[in-house]
Amino acid sequence: MACEQWTGKQSAGKLAAYLDGELDPAEASVLGAHLRECAACAADALEQVQLKRSVQMAGKRYSASPEFRSRIAKSVASKPRRQTGWHWQILAVPALLLLIISMAVNFYVGRESARRQRVYSELADLHVAALASATPVDVVSTDRHTVKPWFQGKIPFSFNLPELQGSDFTLLGGRVTYLAQTPGAHLIYQIRKHEVSVFIFQNRGEETASASSGPVNALSFNVENWTQNGLRYFVVGDVGAADIEALSKLLRDAH
Amino acid sequence: MKVPEESVSAATFEELAMPLFDQLYNFARWLTHDTAEAEDLVQETYAKALRGFSSFQQGTNFRAWIYRILRNSFLSSRTGLRTMVTIDGEADENLLPAENTTPERILIEQADRETVQQALADLPVPFREILLLCEVEEMSYQEIAETLAIPIGTVMSRLFRARKALRDLLREKIKGGRHGV
Repeated sequence: MACEQWTGKQSAGKLAAYLDGELDPAEASVLGAHLRECAACAADALEQVQLKRSVQMAGKRYSASPEFRSRIAKSVASKPRRQTGWHWQILAVPALLLLIISMAVNFYVGRESARRQRVYSELADLHVAALASATPVDVVSTDRHTVKPWFQGKIPFSFNLPELQGSDFTLLGGRVTYLAQTPGAHLIYQIRKHEVSVFIFQNRGEETASASSGPVNALSFNVENWTQNGLRYFVVGDVGAADIEALSKLLRDAH
Repeated sequence: MKVPEESVSAATFEELAMPLFDQLYNFARWLTHDTAEAEDLVQETYAKALRGFSSFQQGTNFRAWIYRILRNSFLSSRTGLRTMVTIDGEADENLLPAENTTPERILIEQADRETVQQALADLPVPFREILLLCEVEEMSYQEIAETLAIPIGTVMSRLFRARKALRDLLREKIKGGRHGV
């Protein structure tokens, strides 16, 4: 096998470690370069990523009852401290407050940008994974009047699709997809031999809501996203920003 | 009781522990397969952690520390004693087999969320817990090693075997229960 280096007995765990973000930077960049060239290893990597993702989605399964939560919260609530050395505390309070606020802001900003990145890279993965699949779409039709009703009962909302006559876009079909455990519609359009994915989710999950609106360039894909009628739209593809914008406009006006 | 001055500005137990509540409950529920038992386990964990908080070193990994308490409590519970099986050949880090990992993309794609949940639930506890820590909690190998009190090499080999076991189960479930969805 050509990829003895990565799949051989000595290093079978390397790819997994790489995908878990645990490979040291030097090795990671070598393996990363290899993945871009070797179709077999890339397919392996994709499969492993999909397994990771499905475990991640399946694993977030249980939530505690509010009563139980408040019982625990009460049991660990900090008791007010005794007033020893309150002079010192009075001085310390504004400084501490400032520190906490700035830490909270930093933390929030960092977390938001990390989360946004995660949403985009997840969407890019969904897009690539669908195109790499033997059956990219589950409902194959260029007719929006066939595709739209197909989603009925499969996802908890409804949406409108644009009339494409007079545009360069063709509808290829759709499939049900998940982002952060929220079901949504994944539509695939074609323009000049390029596929573009349109994702539609309910705008309530904090994951989907966290990506700020507007065009973005994520992982060499162009992404446009916006909220409309309580739905969150993402348009992802490797075509130019103008085409993404054109399709976005068609979708926005489809009402 | 006198509070040492430096700990006044350090995070309180509540500040550190409550943000982890949902994750800890989810993890406990996966371990116990039972709501009441999961609640008992989480409650016991918080009580023990609060009592032992003075021995926790500020600045070290609180998450790994409290997960470890939860897991140890589980292991000493009746269900825990029953379900924790030892895994053969664990210490052998070179066991990662050179078998061809055939691309099973299609397989995983066919596995819906429910099937994956069933498969996860069917896994032996050591496999289930390490997959949850790695994929759901997104812990680093180092954190997993601290939580499970095992060396990093064992983390890697156990993860490898857990993933393989999960794949095998999924394959079985998909082939066995192929239904016309």
